[in-house]
Amino acid sequence: MRRTTRRRLRRGILYAIFVAFVALVALAADWGRLRQQFLQIDIAREQFPEIITIAAKNTLLFTVVAFIGGLILGIVLALMKLSTIGPYRWLATGYIELFRGLPALLTIFAMAYVLPIALEIRVPFGQVGAGLVGLILVAGAYMAETIRAGIQGVPKGQAEAARSLGMSPSWTMVSVILPQAFRIIVPPLTNEFVLLIKDTSLLFIAGSTIQTKELTTFTRDAQSVYFNGTPLLMAAMLYLFITIPLTRLVAVLERRMARSR
Amino acid sequence: MTEFPTPPTDVPAIEVVDLYKRFGELEVLKGVSLTVKAGQVVCVIGPSGSGKSTLLRCVNRLEEPTAGQLRVEGIDILDPEIDVDKVRTRIGMVFQQFNLFPHLSVLRNLTLAQRRVLGRGKEEAAEVARQNLERVGLLDKADAYPAHLSGGQQQRAAIARSLSMNPDMMLFDEPTSALDPELVGDVLDVMRNLAGSGMTMMVVTHEMGFAREVGDDLVFMDDGMIVEEGNPRDVLANPRHTRTQSFLSKVL
Repeated sequence: MRRTTRRRLRRGILYAIFVAFVALVALAADWGRLRQQFLQIDIAREQFPEIITIAAKNTLLFTVVAFIGGLILGIVLALMKLSTIGPYRWLATGYIELFRGLPALLTIFAMAYVLPIALEIRVPFGQVGAGLVGLILVAGAYMAETIRAGIQGVPKGQAEAARSLGMSPSWTMVSVILPQAFRIIVPPLTNEFVLLIKDTSLLFIAGSTIQTKELTTFTRDAQSVYFNGTPLLMAAMLYLFITIPLTRLVAVLERRMARSR
Repeated sequence: MTEFPTPPTDVPAIEVVDLYKRFGELEVLKGVSLTVKAGQVVCVIGPSGSGKSTLLRCVNRLEEPTAGQLRVEGIDILDPEIDVDKVRTRIGMVFQQFNLFPHLSVLRNLTLAQRRVLGRGKEEAAEVARQNLERVGLLDKADAYPAHLSGGQQQRAAIARSLSMNPDMMLFDEPTSALDPELVGDVLDVMRNLAGSGMTMMVVTHEMGFAREVGDDLVFMDDGMIVEEGNPRDVLANPRHTRTQSFLSKVL
């Protein structure tokens, strides 16, 4: 009896602290200036339709390109890392350590400015495209580890059964191991997709033409034109509009996985 | 399609000579010699850790022996030049944990290797698969996924999958050990019929009744060696070695 009263008291105090904190912040904030800086309806209106047709579209397009590129690179790296041939393993390990250890911003910057000079190649989307290559390189390094874990998560008996039927190591990988590995890693890969949506904002460093601006570049430029934060708030809303459904999807997938086991 | 010359019947299906297998410091097989004649059913029994599963897994080279000789239908399968995938198409393998492919339907489980390895067409592979499903009594489960089958059904499907490759011999690695007791009978029935049809079989098992009734030869292994070998009825009724006696007194 005494223990429950004490627990109730402690909960009551924690609630009170929370309410007091929220009230304090709300009272301290200058709502008038906030609204002026971040909620100018006129400025918001002027962002349409480009904020959707160019900025949000490019964010999604760049995410999908980086995801697919990173996935292919990740599969190759994961297979190299699991190879019985030493040099392949070392190369993959070195690559993964390098690009996971560097800030993504630095890699994107390097690709955007070094790649066009070094190889004299023209990438679609110009400098942003070159920056996107940097994002693919980073995404591949992260996904490689996820995919490797997925492959190793498939029970050993599966490969043994396939090999016992006379299937070659590569056929075993393609038709027995990888399909099951991907089933295991759908939730972490979806997570990777969400991270990539946000990481496309790093492409601002690559410099853009009007047609290749993604959400962050677009709204930052708009912010400096109007000298007002409203476009940034819009970008934040749009990012959440895309990412929250996806993170909910991950939660559902993870629950379903847990149940099927 | 790969065709192999039919070996003369006096060539043993499996010939193991002085086989050694070492996992690091641990010596699992210490000089095992064993012959399985074509059409024979050889059952291997013994306590866990005796090396019986390792011996079986060496026969299709899921484990690489450390030393010794291994001939399948007269061909040295430890020859580094040999195509091990080709050898394996002639040796069916059934696992304790079934190892059906969970992402494929039962029918696709049975047709996958037929198509990829033997190069059979879609229709032909499906036809062979259906014949073998009928043989194990699972024709109505062709479109089901493994997760929806009972353990006994999964094991029968796994046997049908191996049979679909038209192997010359079948290896069974404790095929009923992971099953609930009431499901063991169906699997043993399938194996009994298979033996009756003349299939060469090497069976690692704890089912003494099956060994006595179906086996032509019984091998008792302990500590990486063959301790006793002979007619199943004789060995089970009158074991000569003390180790065989003490093992049988525990399991019978």
